[in-house]
Amino acid sequence: MYNAHYHRFTIFLTACTFLLIVAGALVTSNDAGLAVPDWPTSFGNWVKIPPMVGGVKYEHGHRMVAQFVGFLTIVLAVWTQRAETRAWMRKLAWAMLGLVMVQGVLGGLTVLMLLPWWVSTLHAMAAQTFFSLTMLMAVFASRRWLDAEPSPVEDGGSVSLRVLSMAGIAVVYVQLFLGAGFRHQGMHFLPHVIGAVAATGLLIRLSVRALSGFGTIRPIKAAASSILGLLFLQILLGFGAYLTRVEWGRDAVQPQLSMVLTTVGHVAVGALLLAHCFLLAVQAYRHTLPARGDSVRAEKAAAA
Amino acid sequence: MKVDPATAGAVEGVITFKGVPPKPESIDMSQDPACVFGNVTPNRSQAYEVANGKLANVYVYVKEAPLAGARFESPKEAVALDQNGCRYAPHVLALMIGQTLHILNSDPALHNVNAQSKVAPWNVSQSPKGAPIDKVFAQPEVMMVVKCNQHPWMKAYVNVSAHPFFAVTGPDGKFAIRGLPPGEYTLAAVHEKLGEQTTRVSIGAKETKSVGFEFGVK
Repeated sequence: MYNAHYHRFTIFLTACTFLLIVAGALVTSNDAGLAVPDWPTSFGNWVKIPPMVGGVKYEHGHRMVAQFVGFLTIVLAVWTQRAETRAWMRKLAWAMLGLVMVQGVLGGLTVLMLLPWWVSTLHAMAAQTFFSLTMLMAVFASRRWLDAEPSPVEDGGSVSLRVLSMAGIAVVYVQLFLGAGFRHQGMHFLPHVIGAVAATGLLIRLSVRALSGFGTIRPIKAAASSILGLLFLQILLGFGAYLTRVEWGRDAVQPQLSMVLTTVGHVAVGALLLAHCFLLAVQAYRHTLPARGDSVRAEKAAAA
Repeated sequence: MKVDPATAGAVEGVITFKGVPPKPESIDMSQDPACVFGNVTPNRSQAYEVANGKLANVYVYVKEAPLAGARFESPKEAVALDQNGCRYAPHVLALMIGQTLHILNSDPALHNVNAQSKVAPWNVSQSPKGAPIDKVFAQPEVMMVVKCNQHPWMKAYVNVSAHPFFAVTGPDGKFAIRGLPPGEYTLAAVHEKLGEQTTRVSIGAKETKSVGFEFGVK
């Protein structure tokens, strides 16, 4: 049953998590990841807020927003457990609490280990996964999701929208790994650029397929249109980030505003893109059915 | 290992910069009021310190020498690295393994000192005008970045040598390495942006050789 307060809370959590992703991106873009050398304390204190100047403003600010999101996630898990009748929602909420705890530990580890690229990259990937889950929770708690009884449409395409949407998620994850790996100085930017070409091709195919085949289904249309718009914006921001950081900012004496804006924007829009790919996949599974041929093939494959 | 002063030679020279050096970038310290108040001179990048065609902040050291296995005693006196006006002074320094790096904070600002050693990195905070921090390095390293993540323009370069045959050029671009046993050496000059150049030099007993390096922006 629809619970307006609960739904609004999930939207609030999604907004706070988006803010957290921006705050985290600001830490990296301002080279402030080690401004506070200790963890879980900040300069030896659990509660006291240090002077919010210089890199501390970004690093400790990020920790404060993260603590707040962690608290909200505890509330989400408890509230979902008490109020939600769908067992899988309860499981999802607890899984999110587990993920946010792992994420906190990854953030701490990367500080204590002096920012090894693979820990920072895992931290970035877990952040965007968590953000996608908050967005999904908000959708699952919405009136539209709860009240509308979907009448799935048969998908007769050579590659189903379900499969394409899962491929969309996978390709964005690969891009996230390559981009974060470059951002945290673990790899060259070239794989990320090559990945961008592949991701663009696949996401355009996914969106066009969704819009041309299932454009009358409003949630699919909304998610696919958003993916197209976000993809366009992401390419522009990626190009901007390349120019400001790699070309113009390589020898900059300190992070320049243009570099900070483009790189933070690239991270934030990347998170939105991943979340919308998840949304489209969820809607594809809700509103489409594999064509009979697909079912037969799947049954044969299962039997084999 | 003790060098026989009766036969020791030296190598000296000047590092020059060919062409027009890049215009020093201005630094915006406004993100920390303690840095703005602490500064009275214009803040500019120290990457290219060129005066009259002479290049400062170049680390010159004996890279290869017939000294394999030789152990040199580390000087007892510490080498100071100060944080003053939210800049490191000196910008480039060198010391021996086992010698103490004495890190000071003369600023009314909180700093963190992040040594990006390839061997044993560390990161510590230092309170405004706080107690000095002493660090000792166990392995040689060239142009190890020491930075402050609270003030991302702050960078110093620390060089750690296994022997005492090194120097860092001053504003006149000059260097001198004394007390070298006679022999064949590879001398290297390293700049934070312009990279490394090497040359072979042969030092005879009590001989002083003059060597020059010329850097420039490609």
